[in-house]
Amino acid sequence: MIKSELIAQLTEENPHLFQRDIERIVASIFEEITKALESGGRVELRGFGAFSVRHRAPRIGRNPKSGESVNVPAKSVPFFKAGKELRQRVDASMRS
Amino acid sequence: MGCRFGSYVAVLRIRHKTYGHTRKFQYIVLTAKITRHRFFVNALRGRSSMGMQMSGNTLTRAGLAESLVSEVGLSRQDSSDFVDRVFELMSDELAQGKSVKLSSFGAFHVRDKRQRMGRNPKTGEEVAIEPRRVVVFKSSQVLKDRVDSGNK
Repeated sequence: MIKSELIAQLTEENPHLFQRDIERIVASIFEEITKALESGGRVELRGFGAFSVRHRAPRIGRNPKSGESVNVPAKSVPFFKAGKELRQRVDASMRS
Repeated sequence: MGCRFGSYVAVLRIRHKTYGHTRKFQYIVLTAKITRHRFFVNALRGRSSMGMQMSGNTLTRAGLAESLVSEVGLSRQDSSDFVDRVFELMSDELAQGKSVKLSSFGAFHVRDKRQRMGRNPKTGEEVAIEPRRVVVFKSSQVLKDRVDSGNK
């Protein structure tokens, strides 16, 4: 499923709203999540999962092609951990 | 003032009669009243008057719904229904073993893990970790860049 398919599904379920309204709703949701992570916060969506920011220490990496050392600066990366309910549902899909 | 604060007109009138202030002053009193009222209502509902950030800096479904109220102008009920439905649709897709790709945000994939030997960290004994299916999130370059530059 891609974003446009998600929007199409929601539009179908909400005939009283225009597609552009649904687009704004979906965009707002992910923009808010991004903004929260940008400011160093966490986003907890019960049943689905949690987004957080993880900090990576600076390290000396290697260019795999030439083998030379390069300094990799410290950075912050977005991280997602699936919630219990989602984890169980996804795992159950393999066993069925 | 318009009819947005219709229910507060009564307050204005009472104040006008009782204290006989000038019109300009009344406007100030009225505004202060509304702000105070909103603050109180929000506090009762466990929200911050400043927006979606609450309970430290953890954003929840309620906070997301609140942002739809203020940014898209949906009702509280519709907003929280939409937030729930979006994540429900995404979960349904993943539960069917399919991916969810959201451009400029990231992609959720399911990945099958083989059986491996693990160790109980407490007792040290070896236990087999069954093969399982997990959700992995790969953030888009846009999200990575924004998160990194925001947390420098």
